[in-house]
Amino acid sequence: MSWLFALCACMSIVAVALICVFLFANGIPAMKEIGVFHFLFGTKWAPKNNPASYGILPMIVGSLCVTFGAVIIGVPIGVLTAVYLSRFCPKKLHSLLEPLVQLMAGIPSILYGFFGLVVMVPLARMIPGCTGVSMVTAAVLLGIMILPTVINLSESAINAVPNSYYEGALALGATHERSVFFAVLPAAKSGILAAVVLGIGRAIGETMAVIMVAGNQPILPRSIFKGIRTMTANIVIEMGYATGLHREALIATGVVLFIFILIINLAFAALKKRGEKV
Amino acid sequence: MSQPMDSVMALPQQKVRMGRKGNAPKPTQGIQSLILRLLVYGAAIFTFAVLLFLIGYILIRGIPYLTPDLFSLEYTSENCSMLPSIVTTVEMTLLSLVIAIPISVFTAIYLVEYAKKGNKLVGLMRLTTETLSGIPSIVYGLFGMLFFVTQLGWKLSLLSGSLTLAIMILPLIMRSTEEALLAVPDMYREASFGLGAGKLRTVFRIVLPSAMPGILAGVILAVGRIVGETAALIYTAGTATDLPKGLLSSGRTLAVHMYCLSSEGLHTNQAYATAVVLLLIVLAMNTISALIARKLTKN
Amino acid sequence: MSMNVKYKIQDLNLHYGEFHALKNINLDLPEREITAFIGPSGCGKSTLLKTLNRMNDLVEGCRIDGTVRLDGEDIFDRMDVNILRRRVGMVFQKPNPFPMSIYDNIAFGPRTHGIHSKSKLDEIVEKSLQNAAIWDEVKDRLHKSALGMSGGQQQRLCIARALAIEPEVLLMDEPTSALDPISTMKVEDLVQELKQNYTIVMVTHNMQQATRVSDKTAFFLLGEVVEFNQTSELFSMPKDQRTENYITGRFG
Repeated sequence: MSWLFALCACMSIVAVALICVFLFANGIPAMKEIGVFHFLFGTKWAPKNNPASYGILPMIVGSLCVTFGAVIIGVPIGVLTAVYLSRFCPKKLHSLLEPLVQLMAGIPSILYGFFGLVVMVPLARMIPGCTGVSMVTAAVLLGIMILPTVINLSESAINAVPNSYYEGALALGATHERSVFFAVLPAAKSGILAAVVLGIGRAIGETMAVIMVAGNQPILPRSIFKGIRTMTANIVIEMGYATGLHREALIATGVVLFIFILIINLAFAALKKRGEKV
Repeated sequence: MSQPMDSVMALPQQKVRMGRKGNAPKPTQGIQSLILRLLVYGAAIFTFAVLLFLIGYILIRGIPYLTPDLFSLEYTSENCSMLPSIVTTVEMTLLSLVIAIPISVFTAIYLVEYAKKGNKLVGLMRLTTETLSGIPSIVYGLFGMLFFVTQLGWKLSLLSGSLTLAIMILPLIMRSTEEALLAVPDMYREASFGLGAGKLRTVFRIVLPSAMPGILAGVILAVGRIVGETAALIYTAGTATDLPKGLLSSGRTLAVHMYCLSSEGLHTNQAYATAVVLLLIVLAMNTISALIARKLTKN
Repeated sequence: MSMNVKYKIQDLNLHYGEFHALKNINLDLPEREITAFIGPSGCGKSTLLKTLNRMNDLVEGCRIDGTVRLDGEDIFDRMDVNILRRRVGMVFQKPNPFPMSIYDNIAFGPRTHGIHSKSKLDEIVEKSLQNAAIWDEVKDRLHKSALGMSGGQQQRLCIARALAIEPEVLLMDEPTSALDPISTMKVEDLVQELKQNYTIVMVTHNMQQATRVSDKTAFFLLGEVVEFNQTSELFSMPKDQRTENYITGRFG
């Protein structure tokens, strides 16, 4: 029987290997045909033109912009909420709020997207010069969506800090707030950083919610109040009718996204390891 | 050394009671602390207000549109019935679980009960499992499309979709199973070995049953993930509106149905109603999982 | 010998929920002397120490009756807890330097109390480290992490950190229990030095330590103060049978 367990355990290795092989085998040739430089740094995405142009820079920039925006919004709110849950929240309330955070993590992205579409887009339209579906809408929505990731990991990082730091600060006459922020939080630094990195991974890989609120114009973003398209959106929107080189270019977009994710995962693993050591 | 003190101090801190009347602390610290406290409370209020608003909004706007029409057996472009997608969702969930549970539970058993420490292969397994849990669903969708749909020629189908989802939920079930197995005290194993039971018998008769609630909690979370998944299914299971006739025919789950409705923009009311059903399912899954987890921590 | 009373503890009772941890404590702790609390584990000596700077406030279900006066002021009534803790420094059982540089560890307290000028902080850091007799060992690596120091150095750093806020009283909760004999000796010497300027209250599980460093000793048993006297007298001529049993090692 033990060989069967071992065999099953190898499945994750097989899965990752297959994913890599099939993505790269289908994406790399297209990159070569288009020209790696032109593909990555071309600013024009026009697969219907003759000759077609396959530059995904607008989408790379779009993904990076919304992710950056999501981090600006989601990380401070998430970390502060984690601080609240870990050090300010009465125990009874905590047992009520904790499942809510898990629920927040469990709500499907399509529901977040729908909520963004029917609530946030009309709100954003009230900003002068904002088209409603825009970079800022997508960034705020993503910021909300990464909250549970950031909260969960930051809270466990804060909880893991030895109580002696907190007591030490109190004994020096620091208030509760000052002790938490200046003695406990610095000690949880690498864990919180890992939370941020994982949040970035979630944001950059998010698809359905972004599609519904970002506008999806495949051009370099001109303003945060105008629409943008992310790499993920590019794949979903056009894969339905793409053929030939166009289809392969979309898969190649997936390859670029995948590489981003792998880098983020490596950074996360490294940070987690460092956090465990301290 | 006072024991009660030490054990209580290890718990999460409660708010510090300030001096009863109290000269204010030095102004710098007082103002700074006040600002920090406001920030913390503000952030927490924001987080939970957004969540409750989202849930409340969808329920209030959606429930009035939950008409019997929406649950008729046949889908037509007029009634936009969600019953076929609900059935498809159930089928897809069961199929994915049937594939994923044995693999992930066995993997966890291998890692916890059999693998030797420092085994290079084990390190690789952990690395790949972590990688899997970080891959976004659209990448799974792409892979499923390239491998199951095209390479293996299974077309857009229940089978392609559920295999894709099965890979996606592997790390989820695996991790909760692993944690549950690790939480089983070693004395159970020793007692079983002491009675002359073999390793396999010990694992299946003693360890797995005690770890069952933890595994179940993970499985239910995985169900929630499957039910809510969209990006990985559009190009693996497709968006056919009818009930799938077999493993190799296409079908849309509820979440995909919801995406189609809201992106077409013609059936907003039905989209609201679908959102309600989807939300209720996710709420139910989370509640059950939380209840099991709570029961676990109590024991 | 000055006999000014720094801490006056009257009819102090402390409960953790149902558990009666301190029973009718009445003690006068003299200024600029070293008072040792001795007794078996769980006898309440640490609890009383933590009451003196109100660290027990953190514990849920902790109820305190009676009064504790610092220089005549009731610490539970009119006094802000942060001001109290500024006047009363504390050194813990296990060295607990913050995970930051040596300099920032010392500067944490002064910064907390509103001192931000670089030159002033430099001065405080140097003075505190000198007072804690550790300046020469660390002056070249002030900006390195405090976690890289040895256990004994960490404990003296924690003492320096407590001194940096210029307290009047220093509470020490078994400050040498995690240290090797040489570090212990250094800390004891330091404590002797410090008594010229500070009132020191020290919990110790080590009776030799109490005889070596303290002027007065209180013996605790089951939440009560059994005997409180000059250290030399308490150890040579205990008045209470239980004290005698304890110091001769018959139980505890």
